[in-house]
Amino acid sequence: MDQFILQILNGLDKGSAYALIALGLTLIFGTLGVVNFAHGALFMLGSFCAVTLSKFLSLSHKVVDETRTDFLGNPLQVDVPYVHDWFGVATGDAIIDWAVPLSLLFATPVMIGIGFIMERGLIKHFYKRPHADQILVTFGLAIVIQEVVKYYYGANPIPTPAPSAFKGSYDFGLLLGFDANAIIYPYWRLVYFFFSLVIIGAVFAFLRFTTFGMVVRAGMADRETVGLLGIDIDKRFTIMFGIAAAVAGLAGVMYVPINPPNYHMGMDFLVLSFVVVVVGGMGSLPGAVAAGFLLGILESFASTAWAVSNLPGINQVIIYLVAIIILLTRPRGLMGRKGVMEE
Amino acid sequence: MLGLEKKDFRLLLIVIGLTLFAPIILNPFPAGSEMAQFNAGYPDLMQRFVIFGIFAIGFNILFGLTGYLSFGHAAFLGVGSYSAVWMFKLLSMNVLPAIVLSVIIAGLFSFVIGYISLRRSGIYFSILTLAFAQMSFALAYSVLTPITGGETGLQLALDDPRILGAAQTASGNIPVPALFGLEMRASYEMTVGAWAFTFNVGYYLAALILVLSFYMAIRIFRSPFGLMLRAIKSNQTRMSYTGLNSRPYTLAAFVISGMYAGLAGGLMASMDPLAGAERMQWTASGEVVLMTILGGAGTLIGPVLGAGMIKYFENIFSKINSQVLHEWFGFLPDGLENFVVTIIYPFVGKGWHLTLGIVFMLVVIFLPGGLVQGGQKIAAALKRKKTDDANPGASKPAE
Repeated sequence: MDQFILQILNGLDKGSAYALIALGLTLIFGTLGVVNFAHGALFMLGSFCAVTLSKFLSLSHKVVDETRTDFLGNPLQVDVPYVHDWFGVATGDAIIDWAVPLSLLFATPVMIGIGFIMERGLIKHFYKRPHADQILVTFGLAIVIQEVVKYYYGANPIPTPAPSAFKGSYDFGLLLGFDANAIIYPYWRLVYFFFSLVIIGAVFAFLRFTTFGMVVRAGMADRETVGLLGIDIDKRFTIMFGIAAAVAGLAGVMYVPINPPNYHMGMDFLVLSFVVVVVGGMGSLPGAVAAGFLLGILESFASTAWAVSNLPGINQVIIYLVAIIILLTRPRGLMGRKGVMEE
Repeated sequence: MLGLEKKDFRLLLIVIGLTLFAPIILNPFPAGSEMAQFNAGYPDLMQRFVIFGIFAIGFNILFGLTGYLSFGHAAFLGVGSYSAVWMFKLLSMNVLPAIVLSVIIAGLFSFVIGYISLRRSGIYFSILTLAFAQMSFALAYSVLTPITGGETGLQLALDDPRILGAAQTASGNIPVPALFGLEMRASYEMTVGAWAFTFNVGYYLAALILVLSFYMAIRIFRSPFGLMLRAIKSNQTRMSYTGLNSRPYTLAAFVISGMYAGLAGGLMASMDPLAGAERMQWTASGEVVLMTILGGAGTLIGPVLGAGMIKYFENIFSKINSQVLHEWFGFLPDGLENFVVTIIYPFVGKGWHLTLGIVFMLVVIFLPGGLVQGGQKIAAALKRKKTDDANPGASKPAE
């Protein structure tokens, strides 16, 4: 039983990332009808927003410390981050420590801006082109973004820690009456899970309870009629693209402490997120979220020693296997609308 | 000639000529000169040109004719490589059975995958093939290690059985792949003045196969079967309304292109007898997509050109480092020189993928017919100027 709970928990953090990326992908597909192969690159850009801010906050200058001496007897030079000068030592340290959560504030406008530029500059011209062309051009864009990031940040993963308050693990076992250390779960992954719930909830609430969201949903259902009513639906869809980019970016920001970002992490996540979207149903938002968590948990169950010893290699292929079965038996996905992309 | 129209026959002759004289054409700069690093006429690279040319020709039969965008073709190439290396391990170092087996195995494998994937079209087809390829990659990397060699890849060993050949040479080494005694790595060096040309056996074998594959591709393009595939691309719904079941045709195209990929994989293993799982990764599948689109999907010669271009840039462009750039722009004043080098540097050397991505995007946006279409447009523009608007608007469709 404790193993069972542990696997569910383990699946949650990866599942959250899948769900967030897939949510953005399916949002873009549902509104604009565009298949965005560069969405993984947006996730990666979000991660690098966090890396940038954390590097920026730890920028420091040399100060001669008169009280200490180095091994030659000269006064010691110490690196003092600029934030220490600006906010004092204690606050400065706290700011550096909380760099990753602070990046959320920094990444949101950046990602929305990137989304706008992408949609207006490139994607807009591809609405009428076939899906294959959309895939190809966004695939090219993903390569370009990757290479630019690689040029500035190098090819190696850049470790960026979570705030020290979230170091360590939480012992779930004690809470549920199991032995100590039976179910332990890192705090940050817990944070990530709740963060993803908040973001997903916010997106759904935005679409469900605001006038803007209502118009967007109407546009998803019947773009032409909404246009005939005198609403500039293109503008709203552009904003939705920005939001989708921001969701992917924020997912990337918070994922940094779990997995040190490198330039090709986007591609790795993209393939899986696409599979998630397809399993959930193209254009279905709840489907994408449900499938994201489902596949994350399924993957973690498939990686248990028991599963691997009985079905060797199952942990590597389970997601693809599920996708193939779903596509062949129920092409519109678990929660897809009837008639949307069933061919 | 050979059942081809005049124009196609001319194209075939051009390809034959290019492959035959490639060692000379690709070495325009004297050996030892400063420009010698842009020579592409060394066996290893020339082999890659033709092998990826074959791969792209095969991919084009599927994507160019039927419009089905497969993102998993590298899997067939990988399977072909593995089967060829197993042939080297078990049977003999003769490349002929190895290549034949790799084509057959890749054909069977693509039949299975195609049978399932082709039940869907459009983006679902792309994702299905992607999923299958990633699955094969993951399995080859982990569970199938006894067959594939896992992370280290499949290599020859001294204690392999090699029933029909010697397990090891007289001097105790692993024998090299050969065609009835003609070693693949054997080369004939020719020096003409300051120029040095290398004629390599493996290259010419691969080039011969490229010419044959190209001939086959022309025949397929011009056959009723090819027309049927084009009809499927232009309007599959109408085809099914006329009572035609299109699936056997698309499946046949898929298997043929899978066999081409297997052939390329077998050749790759024949030139260098090892096979690794990274050949099956989806980025490798993406590469052949890039080649085909860049050259011109649906055209005969486009994929070969695209493959050549990408492989040339991969090997030559990436050699340009900042030092070379400084030498080139040394004639400029210092400040300007540094400025120009700083601008260009991100696009060459290790950053050549960036150039590739940008060029690819530009091609998809502005030239959906690839470089071949670009060439046709330029040619048409020149002709129009010459004939002084004798026949405006007579643009030829991409072949």
